[in-house]
Amino acid sequence: MKVLVPIKRVIDYNVKIRVKADHSGVETANVKYSANPFDEIAVEEAVRLMEAGIVSEIVVVSIGPAAAQDVLRNALALGADRAVLVQTDNEIQPLAVAKLLKLLCLQESPRLVILGKQAIDDDSNQTGQALAALLNWPQGTFASKLVIEDGRIEVTREIDGGLEILSLALPAVVTTDLRLNEPRYLSLPNIMKAKKKPLEIRPAASLDINVEPRLITVRVEEPQQRQAGIKVADVTTLLNKLKHEAKVI
Amino acid sequence: MASYKAPLRDMRFVLFELMDGEDIATLPGYEEATRDLIDSILEEAARFCEEVLLPLNRSGDEEGCVFENGVVRTPKGFPEAYKAFCEAGWPGITASPEFGGQGLPKVVNGLIEEMICSSNLSFGLYPGLSHGAYVALESHGSKELKDKYLPKLVDGIWSGTMCLTEPQCGTDLGLCRTKAVPAEDGSYRITGTKIFISAGEHDLTDNIIHLVLARLPDAPKGIKGISLFLVPKFLVHDDNDLGARNSVSCGSIEHKMGIKASATCVMNFDEAVGWLVGEPHKGMRAMFTMMNTERLAVGLQGLGIAEVSYQGAVAYARERLQGRSLTGAKYPEKPADPIIVHPDIRRMLLTQRAYAEGCRALGAWVARHLDLHHHPDATMRQQAEEFVSLMTPVVKALLTDLGSEAANLGVQVFGGHGYIREHGMEQYVRDARIAQIYEGTNGVQALDLVGRKMPADMGRLLRRFFHPVSNYIEEKASQAALTEFVDPLGKAFTRLQQATIKVAQAGLRNPDEAGAAATEYLRLFGLTALAYLWARMAEVSLPKAERDDVQGFYAAKVATARFFMQRLLPQTGALFSSIMAGSKSTMAFDEAAF
Repeated sequence: MKVLVPIKRVIDYNVKIRVKADHSGVETANVKYSANPFDEIAVEEAVRLMEAGIVSEIVVVSIGPAAAQDVLRNALALGADRAVLVQTDNEIQPLAVAKLLKLLCLQESPRLVILGKQAIDDDSNQTGQALAALLNWPQGTFASKLVIEDGRIEVTREIDGGLEILSLALPAVVTTDLRLNEPRYLSLPNIMKAKKKPLEIRPAASLDINVEPRLITVRVEEPQQRQAGIKVADVTTLLNKLKHEAKVI
Repeated sequence: MASYKAPLRDMRFVLFELMDGEDIATLPGYEEATRDLIDSILEEAARFCEEVLLPLNRSGDEEGCVFENGVVRTPKGFPEAYKAFCEAGWPGITASPEFGGQGLPKVVNGLIEEMICSSNLSFGLYPGLSHGAYVALESHGSKELKDKYLPKLVDGIWSGTMCLTEPQCGTDLGLCRTKAVPAEDGSYRITGTKIFISAGEHDLTDNIIHLVLARLPDAPKGIKGISLFLVPKFLVHDDNDLGARNSVSCGSIEHKMGIKASATCVMNFDEAVGWLVGEPHKGMRAMFTMMNTERLAVGLQGLGIAEVSYQGAVAYARERLQGRSLTGAKYPEKPADPIIVHPDIRRMLLTQRAYAEGCRALGAWVARHLDLHHHPDATMRQQAEEFVSLMTPVVKALLTDLGSEAANLGVQVFGGHGYIREHGMEQYVRDARIAQIYEGTNGVQALDLVGRKMPADMGRLLRRFFHPVSNYIEEKASQAALTEFVDPLGKAFTRLQQATIKVAQAGLRNPDEAGAAATEYLRLFGLTALAYLWARMAEVSLPKAERDDVQGFYAAKVATARFFMQRLLPQTGALFSSIMAGSKSTMAFDEAAF
């Protein structure tokens, strides 16, 4: 069984994000990038399924600039077999990503797509759902456990107040939550081997899909600075303030 | 809690901006070592060090190793971390692919070793010793020994040791008494006691391969009668299965000031079965191959400690609110200013920083020359080897001395909170201290520099350092933007040249003259080397600080260079005066009056 794992290259979670002076976006020059952590979990899950003998091939895909080859190489070092970079320097929004991925799914015919539930840069949480809808495949989002048996996949989902277990027919789309697994450390020999694994670069323009942004970013602001607290004289004043100023009780 | 982020940005600067790191891949055998590969490797090594090794550093120090009934237990978490370390392939970074290694450049390995030492110096000693044993065996062992032992050392399944020291024999290995008697089957029986054996016994690996210095029955007296033997803890069958326990055992472990999670063992050999490595009576040659590698590695231990102590001190200096800035409150909304506003705190932090970054550049500069061993041109190879030979004692002593100083400054920034154990700052002082002592005390390194390296081939080794530096000073003298860096470098270099002449001439007449000046001379040499590298780092950074310096990396580099030149390099003046004063006041003192 073939698995397709899309990976987004995002600003590393350790970087302190700064808003650009003109408020058009966030500062990206000389900032460290890495794979979206939820997507790393997706790659790890695919590799575990391969080690369990269920998956026979893992194809990783990224859509973005030439530099996104780095995150693909890391996925190859983790255990993926080959990689495709759909190269573009333009902003690609979730629906466009889903359309590009749909095309790749039709070409590659995976039985399963595993991807992060959201990317930590824009937190859209749309791509997996949109892809499933475009392909007309079942979807299991926010997965914390996967079991594949008899052509079906059982997805344990983290939902408010508990877990929900779905059984989906394959092919299907699954999005990962934080607790699905903990990605392993890359080994030095595998980092070296990843250099030799195939990485195909396809210009986004060559795929003949309209990826024009449909949303316009008007303005990006820093979150408001937290104000210092105050001391109140007694409990009555506190209750009064909570009721009438903060309006929380 | 201790925090540490591997200084990857600075490592890349050193490798690819200060030096020609991209060219490494043009060397035969290093074709794979392209920039993107080196980047991925450094990233992943950093992750492993920060997430796996760092959390075990303080617990390992608190727990220490336990010795019971001849068995040594390493602290909690060490066996699992060691297993993960091996599974990730880190023991085999530079080892030859012939024996299962990755054959990567030594300069990359040096940067990774620094990260390991910053995260957990004690842990690093276990694979470090194996690497030393690997190097000695790979260069001098027979094919049979290599085929049998190297692959397991490279994958970390077995570990290695270097058994040199005996109770009566430390720096002076000629006093070695351990005996080796030939057996009929071509092996030897080794008998004697070795002390201070790092990783001599532990629970991380199935087998431990000891490399032991001992004397054959017909050995000449002294240093020329020492041979090297391989003695495994468990004998190894031809099919690589482990056989009987050899008669080598751990008698006790030392109770030490630092590196408490590293087992320092007394090893007793009682007619233990061993095999000769290299030729009879030529053990010191094999030992020096290993020791030169190890001396550079020990230097990096000092660097690693300097870096991690700096990071801890900066974080604390930003957080700790005490007093107000001398020139008026800088953070009026807070009850007091963070101590980072105070000049004396800034002096300490910048000293740590200038030492750490300068030493990183120096370590990498020397390691880069180790890699030229792969260069197709024989002259280049030889010159690089001479440079490494000259710089090895400087790197070992300077980096460990400055590492110790930096660790002490780290405690000072924390004040009382540095002296108590919770913050981990005092551990750095204790851990760093040994690096000034083992693998040849720093006094011995200084003697090696003035007694061996300086006079070698009428000063040919010295020229490998003096020529590039004097050329650089001459070349840049006319560049106004660099004056503030090149001028002080020039002054320090002149002092070094004059001191060299003085030490060489006075040393010829009276070796005590060279001996008395050695330590100051090495420090003068080392600071001049740092000044050269700081000038070059400033030169690289100045134009980049003008444009596109969003993170302020280059501006900080230039500012640190300035601090080094103005506030640290002047030490060379005092060192110079001490050296020129000669040995008389030291040697004339009546021994009985001590």
